[in-house]
Amino acid sequence: MHGNTATVQFPHCRAAPALWLYSPASRRPQFSRLQAASVPSRIAPLAIAAHTATTALGAGLEAQREALACGRGGLRRNDFGDAPLECWIGRVEGLEQVPLPATLSSWESRNHRLAWRALRQDGFDAAVAAALERHGAQRVAVIVGTSTSSIGETEAAYTRLENGRFPGALTQRHVHSPHALGDFVALATGALGPCLTVATACSSSAKVFALAARMLQAGLADAAVVGGVDTLCGSVLYGFNALQLVSSDPCRPFDADRDGLSLGEAGGFALLERDAPQARAWLAGYGESSDAHHMSAPHPQGLGAQRAMAHALARAGLEAGAIGYLNLHGTATPANDSVEARAVAALFPDTLHASSTKGWTGHTLGAAGIVESVFALLALEDGLLPGTLNSHRPDPACGPQIRFEPAPRTVAHAMNNAFGFGGNNCSLVFARA
Amino acid sequence: MNATPSFTAGVEGIGLWATQAPSWAAYRAWRTGGVTPEPVARPAPSLLPPNERRRAPDTVLVALEAAQAACIDAGRDPATLPSVFVSTYGDLAITDHLCRTLATAPRELSPTRFHNSVHNAAAGYWTIGTGAMEPATALSAGPAGFAMGLLEAIALRAAGAPAVLLVGYDGPSPEPLHQVAPSAGLLGGALVFGPAVAGRTRLRVSVEDGETATRANPAAPGNAMAPMLALFDALAQGAGNALLPAGPGRVLRLELDRG
Repeated sequence: MHGNTATVQFPHCRAAPALWLYSPASRRPQFSRLQAASVPSRIAPLAIAAHTATTALGAGLEAQREALACGRGGLRRNDFGDAPLECWIGRVEGLEQVPLPATLSSWESRNHRLAWRALRQDGFDAAVAAALERHGAQRVAVIVGTSTSSIGETEAAYTRLENGRFPGALTQRHVHSPHALGDFVALATGALGPCLTVATACSSSAKVFALAARMLQAGLADAAVVGGVDTLCGSVLYGFNALQLVSSDPCRPFDADRDGLSLGEAGGFALLERDAPQARAWLAGYGESSDAHHMSAPHPQGLGAQRAMAHALARAGLEAGAIGYLNLHGTATPANDSVEARAVAALFPDTLHASSTKGWTGHTLGAAGIVESVFALLALEDGLLPGTLNSHRPDPACGPQIRFEPAPRTVAHAMNNAFGFGGNNCSLVFARA
Repeated sequence: MNATPSFTAGVEGIGLWATQAPSWAAYRAWRTGGVTPEPVARPAPSLLPPNERRRAPDTVLVALEAAQAACIDAGRDPATLPSVFVSTYGDLAITDHLCRTLATAPRELSPTRFHNSVHNAAAGYWTIGTGAMEPATALSAGPAGFAMGLLEAIALRAAGAPAVLLVGYDGPSPEPLHQVAPSAGLLGGALVFGPAVAGRTRLRVSVEDGETATRANPAAPGNAMAPMLALFDALAQGAGNALLPAGPGRVLRLELDRG
C-alpha cells in the first residue's frame, strides 16, 4: 500500500521507496534493513595526542583515575538552584567562585567556566598550542558537543525580565546559542579551522570523534580539538523529572532495582591528529546510527545500538571478541539499560567486561561521550577496567557481559557507547598506543 | 600552510520552503523571473501523521518539508541517506516556553516540549518518519552553520556514503529571545548530494580566506539560516558562484556548473 502511494505521488522516483510515507513502526521491516545495510570498511586509525576530563570527581585525569580505582563516587544530594528536586547530582565543585579571565568575560556562563577549567588540565592547552604550531591555526578544527550549551544563562535572564526584556547584563548575544560552546573553545584555544557544535543530545560528544575523523581523512583539517561540555541547569533537571526518568537515589545502572538516572555535569577534550609525532592512543573506529523509532524511548530490540557498535567494529577492522572493555551508555533507567544489555549480548561474547560509570559522574548528557571516552582511554592506559558503582543486584535480563566489580586487566581495545534522544547512537573504538 | 583541497559533488535534489516562497519551484520562479509567490503560513510535510503534524514544532515541519522535497527531487529513498541537519538556534518558541515555565512553575514543565527541545528534534522526527537507520547529525555553527554542514556532507561522501542529505533551517525568535537570538520567519532548505556525473549540476567546494557580503533575501528577511540562500540563488540560475560564511575571515567558495 505504501509502495503504491509512493509511486503515485512521486512518479519520477527511480525505485519506489517502501517507507516513504509515515507508517507505524510495527509495519516496518527493520530486521531486514539492519541485515541489508552495507557494512563500512576499515579506516586508518587517528592519533589521540592528548585527552582530559573534568567531572564531579574532580579536575583532570588524576582525579578521575583515583576515583575510579577507589570506588569514590561524585554524586551528592541535589543542591542546585532554589527548591531543588529530591534527587542526586554530579556537580562540579567551585565553578561559582572562579570567573573567566577578563579577556573572555563577555562569554561568562557556567558552561564556559567548566570548558575553561577542563581545557587547562593535563597540559591539554599546551598540546593544542603545539598542534597549532605544527599545522597552522587554520588547519586545526574545533568540533565539540553539548546538549544545552549555556541555556542556564537564558533561564536566568527569564527570571529577571525588565518590562518583558532581558536586563542589560544578560544580553551577551553570543552566549545564548547552541554554538556558543564551539565559538568559546575556538577563541580559548586559538584554533581557526572549521568550527562547529554537534548537538544530538546525549550522543553529542561521541559523535564529534566521528565528524572529526571524517574531516581529517577528507583533508579538510590536519588536527581537531574534539570534546564536549554540559552543565546542570533547570531545563535538564526539570525536563528529565517531567519524563519521570530521574531516580530519588544515586543511580544504579543495570541493577535489578534501578529506577532512573542521576544528572551530572562535565567537560572533556581530546586532540585528534592524522599524523601526530606521538600518539597517546588511537581512535580505531566509529559507528553511528538512528533508531528510527521514538524521540525519547530506545528501540525495544536495540537495533540502532547494535548497528552503531557493529559499524564501529567494522571500521576498526576488529571482531567483537577483540574488545577488552566496553563503557556502556548505562543511564540506569529501566528501559535503556535492558535494551543496551540485550544489544551487547547479541554482539559480544560472555567474556566481555562491560560497565557503566554513570554511578561515579551522573549522566553528563552532551558531555557523556567525551567523559566516557576518556574513561575508556584510561582503562587502556592503566589496565584497570571499572565496575559499576552503586549497583549490587544483577538484573537477570542483562547478560554476563555487564560487570559490577572492577578488574585489573591489560586490554588492547576499548569501546564507548553513547545514545541520545531522537534515537541518535554512536559507538567508538579506541586502541592502546 | 597547507591549502585545503577542493571537492566536487553532484546536486541530485533540491528542496526549499520559506513563508514567502513555499517550494523550490516557487522560489526559483521568483528569483529568476520575478514571479512573486503567494505566502503560506505553515508547511505540512506528509511524512508526519496529522496528529504529530499539529503538535510538532514549526522548525521541525519546515526542515522535514524541505528534506522530503529534496529526496523526491533526487529520486532517493530517504531511508538510505545519512543526514546532516543544521540550525542556528533550534526551535526558539520551545526555548521561550521552557524558560518561561522554569521561571514560574518549573515542576509543570511538559515532557513532550522537553524532548522536542533537543537540537536534533528535526533529525529525530525525520529518521522516525522515514525509517532511516542511517546516521543523522544535528549541528550549529552560527552564521557558518550551512557551510559547516556542507563540509560534513562532503566528508560523509568522501568516507563512502553514496549520497547525503543536508538540511538547513531556522524559525522566528519570540521576544525577549529576539534580543539575543535574532531570527525571523520560517526557512528550510535541503540538498541531496551524490556523485558528480554527466548531465547533473556539479558543485566545486573550497575553503578560503574572505568575507561574504550581507544581502537581505526577500524570501526570508532576517532568518538566521538565510546565508545559505546564496547557494540556492546560484542553483536557481543553474550556474555561477556562491560564497557562504565559514567562520571569522573564512568563506566556502562554491562553483556550479553542468556536468
